[in-house]
Amino acid sequence: MRRFAVKQALVPLAVFGALAFVPKLTVDIPYVFQSSLDTPGTLQLLALCLVFGGLALTYDLIFGFTGLLSFGHALYFAAGVYVECIALTKWHWGFLPSLAFTALVGILLPLVLGAVSLRVGGIAFAMVTLAFAQAGSILVFKNPHKWTGGEEGLGTDYTKLPAALVGIFNTKNLYWVALAYAAAVFAIVQWAVSSSPGHIWQAIRENELRVEVLGLRPYAYKLMSFVLASFLATAGGVVYLLLLGGATTDVTTANFTLTLLVMVVIGGTGTRWGALLGGVLYTWANQRLGDASGSHAVSSLPSVLRTPLEQPLFVLGVLFILVVFFVPGGLARIGRLRRPRTLQRLQEAMQR
Amino acid sequence: MSTFVLLSITGLGLGAMYFLIASGLSLIYGLMGVLNFAHGAFLTVGAYAMWFTESKLGGVPLLPRFLLGAIAGLAVGGVFAALVELFLIRPLYRRHIEQVLVTVGLALATVALVTAIWGNDARTVAAPGWLGRTTTVVGAHIPNDRWVEIVTALVVLLALNAFLRRTRYGLIIRAGVENRSMVTALGIDVRRAFTLVFALGGIAAAIAGVLSNVYFGTIDPQRGTSLLIFAFIVVVIGGLGSLRGTAASAVVVGLVQQYANYYASSGLGDLSVVLLLGIVLLARPRGLSGSFA
Repeated sequence: MRRFAVKQALVPLAVFGALAFVPKLTVDIPYVFQSSLDTPGTLQLLALCLVFGGLALTYDLIFGFTGLLSFGHALYFAAGVYVECIALTKWHWGFLPSLAFTALVGILLPLVLGAVSLRVGGIAFAMVTLAFAQAGSILVFKNPHKWTGGEEGLGTDYTKLPAALVGIFNTKNLYWVALAYAAAVFAIVQWAVSSSPGHIWQAIRENELRVEVLGLRPYAYKLMSFVLASFLATAGGVVYLLLLGGATTDVTTANFTLTLLVMVVIGGTGTRWGALLGGVLYTWANQRLGDASGSHAVSSLPSVLRTPLEQPLFVLGVLFILVVFFVPGGLARIGRLRRPRTLQRLQEAMQR
Repeated sequence: MSTFVLLSITGLGLGAMYFLIASGLSLIYGLMGVLNFAHGAFLTVGAYAMWFTESKLGGVPLLPRFLLGAIAGLAVGGVFAALVELFLIRPLYRRHIEQVLVTVGLALATVALVTAIWGNDARTVAAPGWLGRTTTVVGAHIPNDRWVEIVTALVVLLALNAFLRRTRYGLIIRAGVENRSMVTALGIDVRRAFTLVFALGGIAAAIAGVLSNVYFGTIDPQRGTSLLIFAFIVVVIGGLGSLRGTAASAVVVGLVQQYANYYASSGLGDLSVVLLLGIVLLARPRGLSGSFA
């Protein structure tokens, strides 16, 4: 048992530890990145990949590990982005008080909305979460008290941030923050799913009725998983805000939750490394396909090929369909042709 | 009073569009257990097919051009939906989660492709002048396109109802919604009904696309996605798999949205619809009609 625990801790430590040295490397990786690893542009992209990797993992906690298909995860990420940004810029709060307030929102919001939406299950749960997220999105677009900036988005007030997190020169610090976020999410998810409530989450995914027959209340455990995942997503929103220096409306939309679903399924539902990798690869591909569309190699193609290739989302959408068809378990289970049990269980959960 | 009449008729027109999208969604979910995220893409494709046909028929007088465009929109929407069922949904038979995921991917890819080809900007859609004028009812000046929307939705509702009640395929579809395995056990190939339901849903969505072209006067790639979310809400409030429940909830949602937008404040209509969904689901988790599949 102990040897198992040590091995479980060693691999992530080695991986995240190695990633911490990336800003010190003056190495060019042609095609993969535009410039060498220690330049701000590449570090910014890597940091974005890590934030979305962590975020995908928080989504996998409710979708893959607890079997709850939520279409509203974007709401909690967006709450982190917008609440922190409004507290800094519009209310002129200091950095620490605004962080504390965002954390409070990150716990209370999913607690209230989760308590309501978990009263229904399956498809109805998916729809209620979608509706709540849509309400959040409408609110942001509606721009109450001119707080959210509406369609324009909202820039952060830099003077309220610690100096080490501001400016292009400090991108490496932001990269470390993003890395710390991804590592923390990974550690917390690893710890949570192997704890005793974590086992019950997976039991709920496998067979909720049996959990009930055993005398446990699935509702409380589902709410626990929902609040934990949403809180971690809110934390991701804060890191995203620091990284981008402002809030934009696209993180509030239903499409954003759908892209999280795409990340998790491409990587591997119900796996830790898979979801993380899915988020990282999706973000990287989205960015690099966007860069590539302006490149000479693409613009010299005939227009039948060029036009679709200019839209990263088209390429990723098609890639996603191919993964669903041919790699049913996602990248984490590549090589294993059998359809993973996770999807079978989720399907049964949806029909109840 | 005249404002109230105008709001009511406009709300009904909006509800008519929601019904056209939601009816297909509801039938597909009822029969196949697939929540079709690509339904908004059917609408967008149909609406763009109409605009494209219209723009290619430059010399033709407006009315035939408009009608030809509408017919092309419906045909393309129906064929696209049927092809999606045949090539993307059918191979994943009995894997509902994967089917839903494929429709998600398709929805993202289609919107991106349409954006790539015709750009992100709204395109103006030409419609006969009569549709843009108003008729005066009880002192309210009501744009004529509202009537077309309401009448079309009523015709589609009656036609679908007649199809489901009076024809053999309608019988198979209704039986399939009730108990699919029993239909299969009786030796009926229910998969043909799947393609049919997808094609019908695609045509209904394309009708909504054509009508939305008239209602808004323009078309843009995000149209399908934004209407789809309200159609989802309509379907869930009405009870998945029930056509009459869908029609009733489409009317309620359209009216609530219009009234709240005018009497409370603009933008509040959308929020109140979401609130309505929350209340209905918590009070009656199976939707208004109670026939949760």
